[in-house]
Formats: sequence, C-alpha cells, structure tokens
Amino acid sequence: MLTDHKLPLGQYIADFVEWLTLNGAEFFDSVADTLEMLIQGVTHGLLWFNPLVLIGLFALLTQLIQRKWALTAFCALSFLLILNLGYWQETMETLAQVLFATLVCVAIGVPLGIAAAHKPMFYTFMRPVLDLMQTVPTFVYLIPTLTLFGLGVVPGLISTVVFAIAAPIRLTYLGIQDVPHELLDAGKAFGCSRWQLLSRIELPHAMPSIGAGVTQCIMLSLSMVVIAALVGADGLGKPVVNALNTADIALGFEAGLSIVLLAILLDRVCKQPEAKRRTEA
Amino acid sequence: MSMIRFEKVDVIFSKQPREALALLDQGLTRDQILKKTGQVVGVENANLDIERGEICVLMGLSGSGKSSLLRCINGLNTVSRGRLLIEHEGAEVDIASCSPATLKAMRTKRIAMVFQKFALMPWLTVAENVGFGLEMQHRPAAERKKLVDEKLELVGLSQWRDKRPDQLSGGMQQRVGLARALAMDADILLMDEPFSALDPLIRQQLQDELLVLQRKLHKTIVFVSHDLDEALKLGSRIAIMKDGRIIQYSKPEEIVLNPADDYVRTFVAHTNPLNVLCGESLMRPLQQCRHEGNEICVDQGRDCWLGLDDNNGVQCARQGGQDLKLQRWAPGDLVANLRREPTLVNVRIAMRDALQIRYQTGHKLVLEDNGQVVGILGDSELYHALLGKNLEKDDNNAAKPVQVQPAELSRVV
Repeated sequence: MLTDHKLPLGQYIADFVEWLTLNGAEFFDSVADTLEMLIQGVTHGLLWFNPLVLIGLFALLTQLIQRKWALTAFCALSFLLILNLGYWQETMETLAQVLFATLVCVAIGVPLGIAAAHKPMFYTFMRPVLDLMQTVPTFVYLIPTLTLFGLGVVPGLISTVVFAIAAPIRLTYLGIQDVPHELLDAGKAFGCSRWQLLSRIELPHAMPSIGAGVTQCIMLSLSMVVIAALVGADGLGKPVVNALNTADIALGFEAGLSIVLLAILLDRVCKQPEAKRRTEA
Repeated sequence: MSMIRFEKVDVIFSKQPREALALLDQGLTRDQILKKTGQVVGVENANLDIERGEICVLMGLSGSGKSSLLRCINGLNTVSRGRLLIEHEGAEVDIASCSPATLKAMRTKRIAMVFQKFALMPWLTVAENVGFGLEMQHRPAAERKKLVDEKLELVGLSQWRDKRPDQLSGGMQQRVGLARALAMDADILLMDEPFSALDPLIRQQLQDELLVLQRKLHKTIVFVSHDLDEALKLGSRIAIMKDGRIIQYSKPEEIVLNPADDYVRTFVAHTNPLNVLCGESLMRPLQQCRHEGNEICVDQGRDCWLGLDDNNGVQCARQGGQDLKLQRWAPGDLVANLRREPTLVNVRIAMRDALQIRYQTGHKLVLEDNGQVVGILGDSELYHALLGKNLEKDDNNAAKPVQVQPAELSRVV
C-alpha cells in the first residue's frame, strides 16, 4: 500500500536537471569552455617544457619547500621513471587537473570556511550539505554534471571539486574556530579592525590547519582522477580505464604506479612546511 | 581631571541588558537576575577615579568582576549603562558611547594592555610581537625597529629578539607582553592578572621590575590581581571588588588598617604586614608614653630616657646616668652599622626596616616627624602588627590607626 504511490523524487531531480540543460545551455557551455581552456592552458604550459628541464625544476621546487635531499632525489627519480614508462603526458595532464581543482577548492573553500567560523548559523546550514557532498557516491553527481557540461575534462573537474571542497572548508573552519580568545582580545586591544583581526591573527593562526586542508584536498582530487577518466577527462585515469576494459595487467600496473608516485610526491611536498618551521625554530 | 573615571558603570553580558538593568535597579542580586533573565551581571554601579601616574589595583576573587571592569576601559567589554571617561588630549572621551573610530584610535594610541596568558602571537618572533602594536599605529619600519629594540632592551630581552615566544620561559614571555604594551607609548596601561600564571619567585621579580619601570615611565596603570600581597606591593590605590561591586577603594595602608567589611578583613588577615605598614601606624604615640617631668621613658627595663624640648624635639638622651648620643637611620643607610642603642628614625619607616633595626640594635626606635618626636616603636608594637592585632578595634594597647598619610608612602612614585 505504501508502495502504491511512489514519490517521484528521482523524477523531480531529473526534470530539474533537464530544465537546467535546456535553459542554461549557453551558460553551462561557456563555463565548460572557459574551464576547459584554462586547464588545457596549464597542461600545455607544463608540456611545453622539455621533460628533463621540468623534472629539474620540480626537484628544485621540492628542495626549496622541504629542504630534504632524500625527498628531492626521490622526486627526480620518480619523474624519470614515469618519463621512462611513457606516461609523461598523462601525468602532466593529471597534475594540471589536480592543481586546478585544488585552486578552485581553496578559492571557494577558504572564504566559506572563514564565513562559517564567523557565522555559526551559516555553519549549521552548511554542515549537512558538506556531509552530503562527501558521502553521495561520485557516480551519482557525475551523471548530471555530464549532461550539463558535456563529455571531457570539465565534468571531471566539477565532480572533483564537489568531492574535495569539504576538506578545505572544514579545516579552515576548525583553524579559525581554534584561535584562542586571548589572541583576539590582544588584537582588538591593540586596535585591529575586523579585517586586520582576520589577516593578522585568525588566518596566521589557522594556517597550519588550512595547509592540512589543502594537502587533503590535493589527495582527494587525485583519487578522483580515475573516475573523471570515465567521463572523458584526459590523464592517468585513461590508461587505467583502458586497462580495466581490456584486462591489461601491465598497463594497469604502470599507470597505477604513476598515480601512486604522483600522490606520494604531492603529499610529501605539500606537507605543512609551516608547522615544520615552527618546531625547528 | 582624572585620567580614568568610572561613573555608575554597570556591565551586563548581553546585547539587550535593559531587563537586567531594571531588575538591578529593583535591588535584585546577581544570582536572582541570572535566574530570571539568564544574563550575567559583570559589574554593578562602579565608581572609580584613577589619577594620572598612579597604579590602581582592582582586586578580588575570581568572578568578582575585576577583569570585567578592566576590560571596559579599552572596550573589550561593553559598558551597559553609565559613563567611562578617559582623558585624551585635554578632553574627556566617553568609552561607553564613543564611535568605533574613536575607540580604535584610543586603542591604538592611548591604551595598551598586558594579558594573563601573555597572548603573544606564536607565529611571530619576539621582535615582531613587540612591534605588533606599532604596526597598528602605522609607524614606518625604521622607527618601529628602533622602538622595538629600545623596549626589548628595557625588559632585558635584546638577545632573544629573533626567537619565537614558545622558546621563552613564562616570565620572559610576559616581559615580551609588557614590552609590546610599552612600545605603544600609550599613557594608560591595563594589566589583567599579568603575573598570575608565573612562579612565585618570577612573579616577585617582575613586580619589582614593574615598580622600577613605573618610576621611570609614569604610566597610569590599572592592574587586576587576586593576590592582596601583590596589590599592596604595587598599588597606590586598591579597589576591592566582590560580586561585581567595589567594596572599598583606598590606599594600601588604609585597607590593611581599616578594612571596610569582613570580606576585606579576611583578605587582610592573610597578608604580610611587613610590606604595607609604616612606623606611623605601628608606634605607640607620644601621649601614651610614660612622662616624667620633661623626660619620656623609652625603655623602662633598661632605664632609658629621652629629654624633649617644648616642641617635642630631642634635647638629650640617657641610659641610667650615662648620656647617650642618639644615632639616626634613614632609608638607604646600612643597618649593620648601627650601635646597640635606641635609634632615631623617620615616622614613615617601613615595618620591614623597623624590624631589622630592632633586631640589629636590640633597642627601641624613636620616631620623629619634622624634628619632632611623635612616638616609640618597640617589641610589643611590632608583635601586635605581626599578629594582626592592630586590626582589632578594641585593642588599646597597640598603636591605634593614627591618621595615615599614605600619599607620602615611599612606594608611590
């Protein structure tokens, strides 16, 4: 009896997406085009370099950020291995996507996190949304993004952002929430305006936490690479999907190894140089 | 014009204090108002005058409203009703009703603050922390550096300038906090239990340093403390607070000698009188000494007598049949050089010095004021003070709290 009249929930959403597709086609197309162009630009930029020069630059960057010779050597060797295996272009495409997705996540997530920390009501409203974004299986929102933005790298990027943005929001929120009352009082007592309180006290204090959020965001974006490949995004996900379709163990392993190497490198390089400096000092 | 003046200040921690204020006017207590409205009364009807250059100590147990009152001065707490006037460039600014821009200006230029838990920015170096307020004042970098170096020198932390606060001990961190506040070059310094988080020895050391600094800098300091000994040591005036109200506001010695009520008396009973009382309030006044002719008896057991002229000046002194030339002692003199004879000292001698002289000489002290002998100080008077008996009103043997003139206390700048 209860099943006689099924609530057409799914139908509503489908209708809504269809309505969006019909009425917003122009808008979504232009967004897709712009994003695609930007990502392509970054990818082409990375691929413009001679791979060996770029590997040298990456190693230098690693050394500058973390100042650990072992890590620098590991960075150079990993990229050389990837180059040798023949996944250089895919790796650079993936890197560009990950960096771009992270950039978008931070650009949206950090301000949202700050707003959430300052307005408790806003956070109460946002929390279930964040939970939803992190728990709804990726494939479910891959479908509507696909219909809205068409095949290619953009639906992959949007899905990645939806999946990964919760990390910087939550960790920014936590970091700013954690600022001791005395520090805020000190700021006010010395005449900080609200903006100065944010830039001089809250953000510096939340920096390690925000850094952790960014690192997490990068890792989450990377985990989306394979799924994004399903909707036509380039990068290391593509050979993995191919390997899956053709049951090619060799291809799957090599592409998988490249992803793992990239993940380890990004994680180690981004890991909290701020916190490290503080304990060292 | 006093530097800071509280006029009937009420502080209620709420954005809509009207209801609580009305209840307060009806005479309800803090607890009743909390129960009825859920609002906390921080301070109730505070009236306070703080003069330029003095150290005013707000003293009370935790929850007595002392910090709440202090934090009103720079607007960290909002005054719910009443006026809080601060002298600024010859005019009075009412912090309770001034514009945000004025408040910001007062905070950056006029009022600096030192915090209980130091409140240093852990991501900045010591020098950057000290320069924090100067940046808020938009001083150019070169001037900032000069001022920072100067203040670090003042608190003795020059070689620590590039360290981070968490590498410093608690005492050093609070010195950084003090340097940061002093760097602002503000006339008013708010100190919210600045030494409470420190070890007793470090605390005393910093108290001494603060007094030395104050002698140089002449700031108007409002100091919050829960320790009466600290309050008595530092304060030129002390406001004792209880349940959001100011119970007594007077000079340290007056608080010890004339506690306003039992609450203050219990506080006073646990303090060390050595640092507070002076000869004047300890001595046996001249009228109560034994007179014979124009001689008064200094020490009956030793047959020690003092001959006075008509103006109560010392004419001669004798022990038995032997003439004595009375030795004098003034603050700064070496006590160890005194002979084992009665000593002539100023009436405002600190009790600690009096005890030391008594211990060294084995004789009583003769107290004089402007060349006139006014009283005698011996064992029984000192013991009375040590036992806190001079607080008991019916005690007529010990020195009565004679008219006190603590304005001339040497502790005051």
